[in-house]
Amino acid sequence: MSRLILKKCSIGRSRWHWPIAGLVLLGARPALALVSFEDKAAVKKTAVKAQDDPDGSRRAFLAAYKVFMHPRCMNCHPSGDAPLQGEDSHVHGQNVKRGKDGTGKYALKCSNCHQDKHVAGENMPPGNPNWRLPSPEAPLIFQGRSPAALASQLKDPGRTGGKTLEQILHHVAEDKLVLGCWEPGEGRAKPPLSHGDFVREVQAWIEKGAHVPPP
Amino acid sequence: MIKLKVNRKEYAVDVSPDTPLLWVIRETIGLTGTKFGCGAAQCGACTVHLDGEAVRSCVTAVERAAGREVVTIEGLPDDLGMPLKDAWIAEDVPQCGYCQSGQIMAAAVLLRETTRPTDEDIDDCMTGNICRCGTYPRIRRAIHRAAAALSKGTGK
Amino acid sequence: MSDVVNLSRRGFLKAGALAGGGLVLGVYVPPRATAVDPPAAKPTTYKPNAFLRIGSDDTVTVIVNHSEMGQGIYTGLAMIVAEELDADWRKVRVEAAPADPVYNHTMYGIQLTGGSTSTISEWDRFRKAGATARAMLIAAAAAIWKVAPATCRASEGQVIHQESGLFLSYGELAEPASRLAPVRNVALKDPKTFKLIGKPTRRLDTPEKVNGTAVFGIDVTVPGMLTAVLARPPVFGGKARSVNKAKALAIPGVRHVVETDRGVAVVADGFWPAKKGRAALEIEWDLGPLATLDSHLQREEYIELARTPGAVARKQGDAESALAASARVIEAVYDLPYLAHAPMEPLNCVADVRPDGCDVWTGTQAQTLEHHAAAQAAGLKPEQVKIHTTLLGGGFGRRAALDCHFVREAVLVSKAVKAPVKVIWTREDDIKGGYYRPTAHHVVSAGLSPQGRPTAWKHRIVCQSFLIGTPFEAAIVKNGVDETCVEGAADVPYDVPNILVDWKQAPNGVPVQWLRSVGHTHTAFVVESFLDELAHAARTDPLAYRRELLANHPRHQRVLDLAAREFGWEKPLAPGRGRGLALHQSFGSIVAHAVEVTVSKAGVLAVHRVVCAIDCGPVVNPDSVRAQMEGSIVFGLSTLAHEITFALGRVRQRNFHDYPVLRMNETPAIEVHIVRSTDSMGGVGEPGVPPVAPAVANAIFDLTGKRLRKLPIRALDLKQA
Repeated sequence: MSRLILKKCSIGRSRWHWPIAGLVLLGARPALALVSFEDKAAVKKTAVKAQDDPDGSRRAFLAAYKVFMHPRCMNCHPSGDAPLQGEDSHVHGQNVKRGKDGTGKYALKCSNCHQDKHVAGENMPPGNPNWRLPSPEAPLIFQGRSPAALASQLKDPGRTGGKTLEQILHHVAEDKLVLGCWEPGEGRAKPPLSHGDFVREVQAWIEKGAHVPPP
Repeated sequence: MIKLKVNRKEYAVDVSPDTPLLWVIRETIGLTGTKFGCGAAQCGACTVHLDGEAVRSCVTAVERAAGREVVTIEGLPDDLGMPLKDAWIAEDVPQCGYCQSGQIMAAAVLLRETTRPTDEDIDDCMTGNICRCGTYPRIRRAIHRAAAALSKGTGK
Repeated sequence: MSDVVNLSRRGFLKAGALAGGGLVLGVYVPPRATAVDPPAAKPTTYKPNAFLRIGSDDTVTVIVNHSEMGQGIYTGLAMIVAEELDADWRKVRVEAAPADPVYNHTMYGIQLTGGSTSTISEWDRFRKAGATARAMLIAAAAAIWKVAPATCRASEGQVIHQESGLFLSYGELAEPASRLAPVRNVALKDPKTFKLIGKPTRRLDTPEKVNGTAVFGIDVTVPGMLTAVLARPPVFGGKARSVNKAKALAIPGVRHVVETDRGVAVVADGFWPAKKGRAALEIEWDLGPLATLDSHLQREEYIELARTPGAVARKQGDAESALAASARVIEAVYDLPYLAHAPMEPLNCVADVRPDGCDVWTGTQAQTLEHHAAAQAAGLKPEQVKIHTTLLGGGFGRRAALDCHFVREAVLVSKAVKAPVKVIWTREDDIKGGYYRPTAHHVVSAGLSPQGRPTAWKHRIVCQSFLIGTPFEAAIVKNGVDETCVEGAADVPYDVPNILVDWKQAPNGVPVQWLRSVGHTHTAFVVESFLDELAHAARTDPLAYRRELLANHPRHQRVLDLAAREFGWEKPLAPGRGRGLALHQSFGSIVAHAVEVTVSKAGVLAVHRVVCAIDCGPVVNPDSVRAQMEGSIVFGLSTLAHEITFALGRVRQRNFHDYPVLRMNETPAIEVHIVRSTDSMGGVGEPGVPPVAPAVANAIFDLTGKRLRKLPIRALDLKQA
């Protein structure tokens, strides 16, 4: 399964089609839940198999960190209650806030402007079917986090909304919102690694023991 | 043909599926209360309700609205529309008036989701809607007034 | 354009409120006006003059010759008529006047809304229109009852015979009154008896503006109408060298591609195909001489221009010698950017050009200019052209285009495609489209006495003129000085013995135009900031310093004192807060703002409170005055945040994300206090804007010790080290 993830990641530049994934994996059953289940099992298996390698793990995290801190990722993992936007990660215009479930507030909900796909043209709202911020209970802040702080946070289910490392790997490998970072639309830069390389680094960090880089 | 339901009326429109909902509402259906202000989801003048949410129709392709409920200023139901319009009149809110349809459509979502909005709630709802004439202080007062009228009316 | 005569807004203002009274002659409809546009006169409609119609259903329709762009003029002028007519206010309606000389502005000599003068222009004329009609309705009733008119009175839409208790409604009297000869020289009411004028009155146009039925230019639809967008040159002054239309014409819905002197128009069944068609055009542009325009280099050029004297706008005493002899000289340089008006309704115009006539529907501030420009572009006689004024989705001066470009475009395209055409500007077209408030470079210096009092004041302004070379030049450009470039600086009210103000004209190129409060937008920032600098240099409280220098201006002092008192200038502010004030006279009114600000560590400015005081003389609708002050404050605060800049000849801003305007969460608490005044009537649409920016800059200095001499304000400028 982990090989399958990697294979999928290698084509991560193009939009991932869930229905196809479902068919490939397990026939006609609902794709999302199944893949998620499969992922957990796969990562656990590989985690057992992998060698604990503190240096390699930390190296992998530092490589992935460049992606975590890239505007495409960090803009939705802000330190405040508002998303960020733009290549300079300025606070999102129009006083947009996280809201109860991370999808905005009142007349300023994410999907009121952000469509399922990018609106064509410079400075037009980028789109994604899952457009949202982390929930206020587990805001998963990247902005301003050092590598050590971010790694510790990702390992602490108390601060990830109960997400395990496996689920975090799943998010970076499969969530359309994350995949969308590599199809950023007009005028927006892609993260510094390919999606495949990014997932490989996150996976390597976890498999090699999820060690926290020195502060 | 794309099937649309606007203000509880069914329409079948023959437009390119990427056409923004705004232009279908204004030009194809002929309801001009919804305004074009920026074309980039920056100003809120084009706000309509799509299944109750205050979407910016200038960046919403008409295909997204297919089979869903679209409500414009002309069809805003009285339960929220009347107290809002009455409050807007009582506070003499509009100047040029061009942005006010969008302002009212945004405010309607606020009043649906919270009975007695605070000033912060108003900021969190209304900051997406630009008024170049600067009627913001009156919009704020009108929202408070409409909320008060609503809770009085429903005994809350 | 030959109609443009007698244009002297400033001459008028100097002369006092009702100097233009002689033009009241226009009250009676000359035959020509009827020929141009009979406003749907039914047999049962009484039309005593060009400004009023009374229907047999009791409706009173006031025909308003000034454009409603948010300032509330439809309501204000209707109130004036209704007051003198003793109309039932609930029956009063408003209709936009057609373009016709009878509707010319009483001071400008053309039909134009601008200069915060609409009420001043019409005060006398609309009062007489109402009073005349009332006299005739009374005469008609008296004739029916066979009693003396003096025994009858009018009240709330009825004529009443006191003794008998008989009464007839205005609707019932409309027809008999229309058969009477006009009454002349009617007496106007004593202002003390006003029932409507002076009372806060709700606007007549609100109901239609809250239910989506109000019609703006962009909402006009004509049978068979097509929609066009234009590809305009990417650099001002550019021209299309070659146009490949094929890909645009291949887009479904695109009907025509038309080349005009304004750009290449894509004409389609609707806005979306037109916009897609425009994106598909392949145009090679000849960029012209502004292809290298760059804002930084332009500023260097202005600095160079400021090194030598300009045309003298005010000379009092000998400023140069006094400066040389001063104990202390303070000098400062101020820079202000180009600004776009950015009204919420993007520019648009519907034109229907036929071989024998042309109709134009648009929200314009300048009907006479549009009328003649449309006739010329259509190749028709003016009497074959009708201008239909819609509501304006904001004007701010943008819709008073001296070259009538947005109307000309539509007329040219309609003529070319032989169909009615609506030209729509996108927001990007608007932001990048020019006709900006000119960028300005100011050099100002003052000499202080040992006590800190200014003994000399020297102020040099470098900016473009948008009036030189137009028909307005003769009226507004005096001794080589364009008054709109030095207003607010040349007439600085402070008591300084030696004053020299001069102006250097910057080269033309970027299209520039008046923006709400015109030259005052930049002069007030400089004068009021610099005066604050002097107060601080003199270690004197800015309020006390101003008061002392305004000893001969009690009206100014009263406004300043009112703002300061209501603000609580004497009370200490909470820690971490700064306060500032500014005072400015423009358009016949005096406005002071006192503001309270904070600046975050990151340099983010927040304006928490603005207390405004205004003396605009007699007030028709106090609530409109308040609304205009609120709106002006929001407009003025927006000028702290945005600018138009150039790189490689191109405008760098596009839309509201990079040309930000104030939003709800940035809007301070606003208080407006109106001085009870019987002085001459001033305007209210513009005078609230000029003192906003300097009051905030002064408050920032009070808080941080940083003097901002350049707008917009950047967080970087205010960031704490």
